Amino acid sequence: MTSLEMIPVLEKMFRFQWEEAQQSYVLLYPEGMVKLNGPAGEILSLVDGKRNLTQIIDLLMEKYPQAEGLNDDVLAFIDDAIKQHWIRG
Amino acid sequence: MSGSCQGKPSSLPEPPSHGQPLWLLAELTYKCPLQCPYCSNPKDFADFSEELTTQEWIKVFEEGRKLGAVQLGFSGGEPLVRQDLSVLIKAARDLGYYTNLITSGVGLSERKVAEFRDAGLDHIQVSFQASDETVNNMLAGSQKAFQQKLKMAREVKAQGYPMVLNFVTHRHNIDQIDRIIELCVELEADYVELATCQYYGWAFENRQQLMPTRAQLERAERITNEYRAKLAAAGNPIKLIFVTPDYYEERPKGCMNGWGQVFLTVTPDGQALPCHSARMLPIEFPNVREHTLDHIWNESFGFNHFRGYEWMKEPCLSCDEKEKDFGGCRCQAYMMTGDAHNTDPVCSKSPNHDMILQARAEAEAPATEPLLYRNERNSRVFCKG
Ligand SMILES: C[S@@+](CC[C@H](N)C(=O)[O-])C[C@H]1O[C@@H](n2cnc3c(N)ncnc32)[C@H](O)[C@@H]1O
Ligand code: SF4
Ligand code: SF4
Repeated sequence: MTSLEMIPVLEKMFRFQWEEAQQSYVLLYPEGMVKLNGPAGEILSLVDGKRNLTQIIDLLMEKYPQAEGLNDDVLAFIDDAIKQHWIRG
Repeated sequence: MSGSCQGKPSSLPEPPSHGQPLWLLAELTYKCPLQCPYCSNPKDFADFSEELTTQEWIKVFEEGRKLGAVQLGFSGGEPLVRQDLSVLIKAARDLGYYTNLITSGVGLSERKVAEFRDAGLDHIQVSFQASDETVNNMLAGSQKAFQQKLKMAREVKAQGYPMVLNFVTHRHNIDQIDRIIELCVELEADYVELATCQYYGWAFENRQQLMPTRAQLERAERITNEYRAKLAAAGNPIKLIFVTPDYYEERPKGCMNGWGQVFLTVTPDGQALPCHSARMLPIEFPNVREHTLDHIWNESFGFNHFRGYEWMKEPCLSCDEKEKDFGGCRCQAYMMTGDAHNTDPVCSKSPNHDMILQARAEAEAPATEPLLYRNERNSRVFCKG
C-alpha cells in the first residue's frame, strides 16, 4: 500500500495541462492524449514533485470540505497512476 | 452519427457530423537528404516547391489550436531541412501544443537537440531503415545514414526526451525483426513502431519489391509477441507497436478514424488534407493561404465530401460494418479502382478484392525490377507541370 509520506512525481514521458477544448485536464505523451476525469485531474494538478500525499489530501479537503473518503480515493488513484506509469513515488 | 440522416426533415442538408482536428501534421518541406523507396510522400512532390513561410505556418498553428488541435507533428520530407524549425517549435509550444519531431535523424546534431529542447520540443521520433548498417544505407540511399541515426538516437535519450523509434518493415528487413527489437532496446526507446509498409506514394510504385509474404509477416508478428512477453517479464516498460498490413486482412482499416474526424495534414505548399495521402485524389482541397482552418475543417467541400455515409456505393452503403471501417481508405480505393467512392479493395466484399489477392501472389515471387528511389530526379517523371 502507498504511504502518505510519498512524494509523487509525474513521469517525464508525460505533460499535464488543462485543455480548454476538452474542458478537462489531460496527459499528453508522444502522439497521444489521456483525457482525465474530474477527480483524477484535480489530484494530478497538485502533483508537483514537492508535496507528499498528506499535503495533497489536505489541499483537496480545503477545496472540497463536503467530500467523503478522500484518503482512500486519492490512494487508490495514486496506485493506479503508478501502474499506468503516469507517476512514480 | 451521420448528420443528415437522423430523421430530421430539412431542405438544406446539414454537413455530416465531425469531431475536432486533435492531430495536426505539419509537413514542413518535401526536401529530404534520403531517398527511401518506401516513402509515402507524393511521387510528384517536385512539382510543389512553394513552401509556406514561417509566419504562414505560425498562423496555421494558431488557427489549429483554436479548433482544439493538441498534438502537432513536424514532418515532411525532412523537417530538419527547414532553418526556422526552432522558431516553429517555440511558437507551437507557446500555444500549448504537444510537439513531436518526426525525423530521419539526418541533419540533426547535439547542438540542435539542445536548441529544440530549449524551444520546448516534447518528443523526437527517429526512423531507421533497418537494423543492419548495409541494408539501412542501401534503402536510405546514403552511406552515412545508419551511423548518424545511431548517434542521434543516443543523443535524444541523453538529453532526456521521450523517444519513439520507427522502422518501416517490408521484405528487405522484416526477417531481422529480432535484431530490430534488440537495437531498440539497446537504444532505450520508449515506443517502437514496427510499421508495416503502407503502399502509398513511392511505396505503391515499389510494391512488388517491398511486399513481404504472408509467412514472413506471421513470423515477424510471432517474434514480436515473444519479445513483448519477455520484455514485460523483465520489467522493461518499452512498448512495441506492430502495425498490421491491411493487404493481408479481409477487412480494411478504419482509415484516419474516419475522414475529417480527428486528423488534419498541411502540405509544404499549404494544402489542407484529411490524411497525408489525399493529395492524389481528384478532389480540390483548400489551401491555408486562401482559407482559415476553421473554414477548411468545418465547411470546405474537400473535408465534407467523405464524411458520414451518404457518399458510399455498394457493397458499403448497405453493409452493417460501415461504422467500424467507414468503407476503408479512399486513397487505396482510388489508386486501385480509379474511383475514390468505391469500397477499399482490401475488403473481401469488394468486387475488386482480386487485386489484393494478386498482390499477395506477387509477393511470393522474387522481386524482378530494381527499387525506384525517392528523389527529385525520379519525381520529375511524375510531374505534370
Ligand atoms: C514520410 S516520413 C517524414 C519524416 C522523416 N523524413 C522520416 O522519414 O522519419 C514520416 C514517417 O512515415 C514513415 N513512413 C514513410 N513511408 C511510409 C510507408 N510507406 N508506410 C508506413 N510508414 C511510412 C517514416 O518512417 C516516418 O516515420
Ligand atoms: S521516409 Fe525517407 S525519403 Fe521519405 S521523407 Fe522520410 S527520410 Fe525522406
Ligand atoms: S463492405 Fe464496406 S463497410 Fe462493409 S466491411 Fe467492407 S469496406 Fe467495410
